[in-house]
Amino acid sequence: MRSALHAEWTKFRTNPGWPALLVAIVVGTAGVSAAADGCTGGACTADLPRLSLTGVQLGQAVVALLAVLVMGNEYSSGLAAVTYAAVPRRLRVLAAKAVVVAVVVAAASIVAVGGSLAVGNWLLPAHHLVPRTAVGAVLYLVLIALLALGATTAVRNPAAASGIVLALLYAAPILTMVVSDPTWAKRLQQAEPVSAGLAVLATTGDQPIGPWKGLGVLALWALASLLVGATFLVRRDA
Amino acid sequence: MTGFGDTLHAEWTKFRTVPGWVLGVLAAAAGIVAFGLLPGIGGSCGTSACPTLIGPDGTEVRDSFTFVHQPLAGDGSITVRVAALKSAVPWAKAGLIVKDGTTRGSTYAAVMVTGDHGVRLQYDYTHDIGGPAVGAPRWLRLTRAGNTVTAAESADGIRWTGVDHAQLPGLPATAEVGLFVTSPEFVAEIRQGLAAGTDSGPSRATGTFDHLTLEGGWRGAAWRSDPVGDAAAGAADGGSGLERDGDAWRVTGAGDIAPSVAGGAGVGVTVTQTLTGTFVGLILVVVVATMFVTAEYRRGLIRTTFAADPGRVRVLAAKATVLGAVTFGVGLVAAAVVVFAGRRVLRAGGVYVHPAALPTELRIVAGTAALLAVAAVMALGVGALLRRGVTAVTTAIVVIVLPYLLAVAVLSGAAASWLLRVSPAAAFALQQAARQYPQVDNSYRPADGYFPLPGWAGLAVLTGWAALAFAAAALLTSRRDA
Repeated sequence: MRSALHAEWTKFRTNPGWPALLVAIVVGTAGVSAAADGCTGGACTADLPRLSLTGVQLGQAVVALLAVLVMGNEYSSGLAAVTYAAVPRRLRVLAAKAVVVAVVVAAASIVAVGGSLAVGNWLLPAHHLVPRTAVGAVLYLVLIALLALGATTAVRNPAAASGIVLALLYAAPILTMVVSDPTWAKRLQQAEPVSAGLAVLATTGDQPIGPWKGLGVLALWALASLLVGATFLVRRDA
Repeated sequence: MTGFGDTLHAEWTKFRTVPGWVLGVLAAAAGIVAFGLLPGIGGSCGTSACPTLIGPDGTEVRDSFTFVHQPLAGDGSITVRVAALKSAVPWAKAGLIVKDGTTRGSTYAAVMVTGDHGVRLQYDYTHDIGGPAVGAPRWLRLTRAGNTVTAAESADGIRWTGVDHAQLPGLPATAEVGLFVTSPEFVAEIRQGLAAGTDSGPSRATGTFDHLTLEGGWRGAAWRSDPVGDAAAGAADGGSGLERDGDAWRVTGAGDIAPSVAGGAGVGVTVTQTLTGTFVGLILVVVVATMFVTAEYRRGLIRTTFAADPGRVRVLAAKATVLGAVTFGVGLVAAAVVVFAGRRVLRAGGVYVHPAALPTELRIVAGTAALLAVAAVMALGVGALLRRGVTAVTTAIVVIVLPYLLAVAVLSGAAASWLLRVSPAAAFALQQAARQYPQVDNSYRPADGYFPLPGWAGLAVLTGWAALAFAAAALLTSRRDA
């Protein structure tokens, strides 16, 4: 396992695109957060800790992109055949990739979330730090990355995988919004990964689900996605 | 050398022979239709509230107020002083009204003092003319001459200033004329979790009138106090009606005389909201459009393509034409199904869909198709610029789709409206069905189907972005190695 981990880490760090992606996670998250902080008016002052983390909405797309690339590059370049020849136990490869993605995304997210909160503190006089939202945002981004990794393993085509993951990230919350029946809307928001997962960022208002329970729902989604990916990985040709 | 027709044919063949792309575009259409016909879609209406009333010019209206009236045969005038208006909302109204009977939705003209918007002349529900921005106490006068109703106001009852006049072609010879008070719902924006929402509830106003004088063809009948419309509900708990105290008349009422709107203060959904599935369709279209060019780079097919047709810009143009035509056609069919057939399905399921004029519906259908087609061309440009499928798909979705999500579900107020002015998501304005009335307080939010730009301007913004992406792609594709 250690050699597989080492191999995956080497693959990741020698990929020329990764510094740009990590910078994009930090700048995108902090930038959108700062832009949201800049808005004024009554509606903006409702939940300042959440407002200062608005950039997570963009950051999650870059995080997903990174995770998709880590697995997708294997298939788009034909490297997968070599990888599985070197490490015949494919699940080990997936586990190593998951560890690398989780660690890298966690590191980038800590900087991104820290930057967003620092900007929020600087721009919003009434802003106060809520440790739960900060930790929750980092965990949220890590879980989104694992969800994307599992989906890419299942789909293999990186472009299609990123389409599926982004559709889940952006379409699901909109569609649960239009359901008028409040019971069903709440049920959907509790079951759907983004609305449930982002509940951890809210400090006021009536949330569909508790903050940690919501992250738990997202974790289940990520786990399910990894399991589906693992099943496909073991059963089919590379 | 090949002509554009051959290139077009080649690109069309590529498109239709990849099952994933065809399925993706069909799934986009299916998404638009499925979410349009979803019975759980916003705002199902009670038994009494909808369908709403239709006013003299065919618009949907609200008509409920407390009416203290008597008949006026022919011409005449009524003068009164509004001594006080006790209200909680800016658009509470107390004043004089001439109306075709007490039937709801009939033609009228009224001069009034409002809670926060000064003296106003309003007639036939959609017309609103502002007078001086002062509140009670104020003297008001309404004069009927034929079909013309003239409003005047005064600070002291001696020096009068005309507000304006209204033409009411449908007003019968004998009209009901008198005092009225009404008060619309309050609307406040609230934010819960990821979704921004609105809170609203009924309000009530009490107007105190004195110095009532009449001139002209009055029959000397007794004053009658009638609740018109929903005001009857308020009367049940003693909240509306008339109290006389010597020369003073205290009238309490609730409701509004105004156009009916969708959203926080209204009932039902607009055509715009039935097209929420466009968002899903857009994501799929963007993915397919991006892959339509990045797949060629991934497979190395691009070298064959450019060897067969060295005019690289022509290849890009052919791809854009194929994608634009396919997505426009598919979007047109899907939106037409939702707008024309969907309304019947939704109404059968107890959801009230506000009717829109046929030209508006056609604009919405064609606009949805255009939105998908232009966004597809933009995504194609992004794909040709970045060449790598994943990066291009993510970039295209972040640029085209994320602003709409932020504007509708996350941000609110100025930030949301700014995003819908400058980002590619501005083109969603093409789907706006309802009119925004300044004289009705409502949460005119993007989530309720109200956009900051007119439809054509929104499309222009998206087209500008698409042209930029396409031009950059054309330039780079010709300059760099395949």
